[in-house]
Amino acid sequence: MSPPALLELENLSTHYVSARGTRVVRAVDEVSLRVDAGETLGIVGESGSGKTTLALTILRLLPTAARVTSGKLMFEGEDLLTKSDGEMRRVRGKRIAMILQDPMASLNPLFTIGDQVAEPIRVHEGASRGAAWARAGELLKAVRIPAPQTRLHQHPHEMSGGMRQRIVGAIGISCGPRLLIADEPTTSLDLTIQAQYLSLLRELQRAHGLALIFITHNLGIVARMCDRLAVMYAGRVVEAGPVRDVFKAPVHPYTRALLNSIPRMSDRCQRLTAIDGQPPDLADMPAGCAFAPRCPSVVERCRVAAPPAVTSGDGRTVRCWLAMPGAGATNGGGAA
Amino acid sequence: MAMRLEAVSPPSRFDFIRLEGFPFVPVFILVGLVVVAVFADVLAPHDPEVGRLALRFRPPFWQAGGSAEYLLGTDHLGRDVLSRLIFGARVSMVVGFTAVLFAGTVGTGLGIVSGYLGGWVDQVIMRVTDTWLALPALTFAIFLAAIVGPSEMNIVIILGAVYWTRYARVIRGEVLSLKEREFVRLAIVAGLSKRKIMVRHILPNVINSAIVLGTLMLGVVIVTEAALSFLGVGVPPPKPAWGLMLADGKKGLMVGYWWLTVLPGTCIVLMVLSANLLGDWLRVKLDPQLRQL
Amino acid sequence: MALLEAAGVSKHFQGRRGLFRDGGVVRAVDGVSFAIDGGQTLGVVGESGCGKTTTAKLVLGLEQPTGGGIQFEGRDLRALDSAGRRHYRKSVQAVFQDPYASLNPRMRVSAIIAEPLVTGETIAPVEVRQRVLHLLDLVGLPGRSADLFPHEFSGGQRQRIAIARALSSSPKLVVLDEPVSALDVSIRAQILNLLRDLQAQLGLSYLFIAHDLAAVAHMSHTIVVMYLGKVVESGDADTIVRAPRHPYTEALFSAALPSSPDDRRDEIVLSGEVPSPLRPPSGCHFHPRCPHAMARCKAHAPALMPVEGRLVACHLYGANGNSE
Repeated sequence: MSPPALLELENLSTHYVSARGTRVVRAVDEVSLRVDAGETLGIVGESGSGKTTLALTILRLLPTAARVTSGKLMFEGEDLLTKSDGEMRRVRGKRIAMILQDPMASLNPLFTIGDQVAEPIRVHEGASRGAAWARAGELLKAVRIPAPQTRLHQHPHEMSGGMRQRIVGAIGISCGPRLLIADEPTTSLDLTIQAQYLSLLRELQRAHGLALIFITHNLGIVARMCDRLAVMYAGRVVEAGPVRDVFKAPVHPYTRALLNSIPRMSDRCQRLTAIDGQPPDLADMPAGCAFAPRCPSVVERCRVAAPPAVTSGDGRTVRCWLAMPGAGATNGGGAA
Repeated sequence: MAMRLEAVSPPSRFDFIRLEGFPFVPVFILVGLVVVAVFADVLAPHDPEVGRLALRFRPPFWQAGGSAEYLLGTDHLGRDVLSRLIFGARVSMVVGFTAVLFAGTVGTGLGIVSGYLGGWVDQVIMRVTDTWLALPALTFAIFLAAIVGPSEMNIVIILGAVYWTRYARVIRGEVLSLKEREFVRLAIVAGLSKRKIMVRHILPNVINSAIVLGTLMLGVVIVTEAALSFLGVGVPPPKPAWGLMLADGKKGLMVGYWWLTVLPGTCIVLMVLSANLLGDWLRVKLDPQLRQL
Repeated sequence: MALLEAAGVSKHFQGRRGLFRDGGVVRAVDGVSFAIDGGQTLGVVGESGCGKTTTAKLVLGLEQPTGGGIQFEGRDLRALDSAGRRHYRKSVQAVFQDPYASLNPRMRVSAIIAEPLVTGETIAPVEVRQRVLHLLDLVGLPGRSADLFPHEFSGGQRQRIAIARALSSSPKLVVLDEPVSALDVSIRAQILNLLRDLQAQLGLSYLFIAHDLAAVAHMSHTIVVMYLGKVVESGDADTIVRAPRHPYTEALFSAALPSSPDDRRDEIVLSGEVPSPLRPPSGCHFHPRCPHAMARCKAHAPALMPVEGRLVACHLYGANGNSE
């Protein structure tokens, strides 16, 4: 019997409801995912795909207009949706940590680095200021910041973007969480700094046995960093599975089109395969499959009803009528 | 490629009516005051400038001694208070709107030129603005009024001259950030002259701020006009102005002729409050809308 | 003769002088040379502070060089009279990164597109309208877009409008400064394909600036790699992409992420931060982070030398004893 997952989402849905209750935006729509201990899961999606809302849902940091309307959110065997505010506070930072895209917004410009790295340690472990600062120094060393003792006394504006992002990472791992959610942490970084940061994340993962959920729109990062991947479109997971398998043989037309639309350096002269149309307006969704208006393989059935998620034995999940057994259409065709 | 394109409407300036929190009451009051001002001749029961001494200091109709003929009583010269209030609305509206328009035009123009051209033009205009702003508005207005003499036209010019600096400051700030926007850079790349860019690209994008500022300034201008009239250097008698009515009426306070001050005072408050509420709401609603575009 | 040629172009900014700071000079662009041929794309890559945006501004005439010169069709930009400047403005246009800030929200699309065409000219409105409709068709937008306002369009559509505008004066060169970075991934391919098609159709030249290396590599015929204001490697795109020679180029391409999990390139992870342009390292600016740095690198800045079919500024190649 396989060990229980570290994090398991079952048919989780988060809806935003407008003030008068008239408009419902299904930001996250019946999402089921699992992350095992020490594993890296990549969540890929564009704007409006729901990936950030999903991250906020896991940590129960949703704004008041959003509500989890269904599903289960199991972490280490407990349903986080049933926890009180106080209990969630003990989870956040200590058992599940999160790092965001903009390091400048994640750090308080008024406090020193030392104070900010020490804060979660003091909150969750009740450490004294001295002990927490000592730990902070070690953490800065762990994230490869040179001259950590000097840096402890500095303020965020005295550091570069890459360094700030590493400090944010240090804050994230400070209390030894089992799971780290990273929401586009490298999007604002230069390429070579991004490479440094990703290599650092991998090292931290190995050293601390961290599970990592990496949210990004960049498939290249997924290819380098992740063990498994979930592709989101309009709030739903349209394909999921081991990274190598999905890259080699994507099933869902969106995944396929996405992989084909990315310019490759090895393949300069080929015309890119573009996806027609634009990402849907979540407040005004068509009936049926959300991708139908743009799908090159669309059939009548797609416009009528949204396909259910089907999980096959090798750990792959797809939401597509054409991929259903008995649909008769091509299954797992390679990248065009 | 299927594309859903609807509506041919520009981002209409009046779309905001459909936004939440539209201040119906203040707008209603302001519109009402405009209507009263326009139709003053028809609405006012009596001539505001001619009074009958025999009928002086009559109280409003709901008090003993009042009559239906002089609904809100009479003042120290026997003039009908209601008629004076109605015509006073006209004075306040005309002076207020004209002064704001004048200040706005001058201030916005200078703000755009100063913000966009930069360099010494900016320095000169800003130093002038700074000096101007350093002078307390009311004192400055009184000073000017004393020099040119009070008349309705002069008051408008004086108020405009005192208050254009607020516009210049605010609009210049907006222009400084607008200048960096890509569509302005592209206009330069397209070969437009600086003048054309200021008129065609900068001006239409600051007008909304100018309007918001205008509604906020309306209240300030009217209070200043009332203060000037109160001090005797505003609109000259016998023309009815609310501030003037306040000045005349204050002598009667001690004797209990409360309507001579409270009624014009209330009118001033209503007008300024409405203008401010509208301006505040516009400021909150219009600016974020603009950014979305 | 190249369409546009930059020879030793520099743009130095005077740093702010404060009570406690002596200012100093920011060499945003330092002795940069490149050439763009007709119908070709020159790609510029580099990270923050490398000077690629300043280079774009210099080419567009939004900034003036403090050293060196730029020649367009053989004529130096600074020597142009007003007719010459007008001609330049018609011949060189731009598309910028942010589709939401590139279009005046208060102007109709037809006016936005026609602006470069009608500036300084008198053209019959009927002809202008025809041209606008033709351009909309070229970029794949329906004709009725002409009467709408920018806020009715999505990011990708707005970028198409920006492209249509850039083409309206029939330019020879279009500067593309991060044209797809602000767009969703699934839209980027549409726009890149469009740009390539337009180049083939109209014989356009592009100066393509992007931090997405694969996009630059995909679009460009020649590539220039910049680091802290200097060119470190330049040449034919194919040559450089297949086998980068400058250590920085190698690191950059290695950092550019594989397109598939099996693509296991040697991962080169550089140490240290990108230095501040206010205080660039001595000699070769890259030496503090370079895995192959030698003693000479700290003392002398290398000059661009031909190496294996492209130009490289690195002491590792050839006899390079030039000093700063």
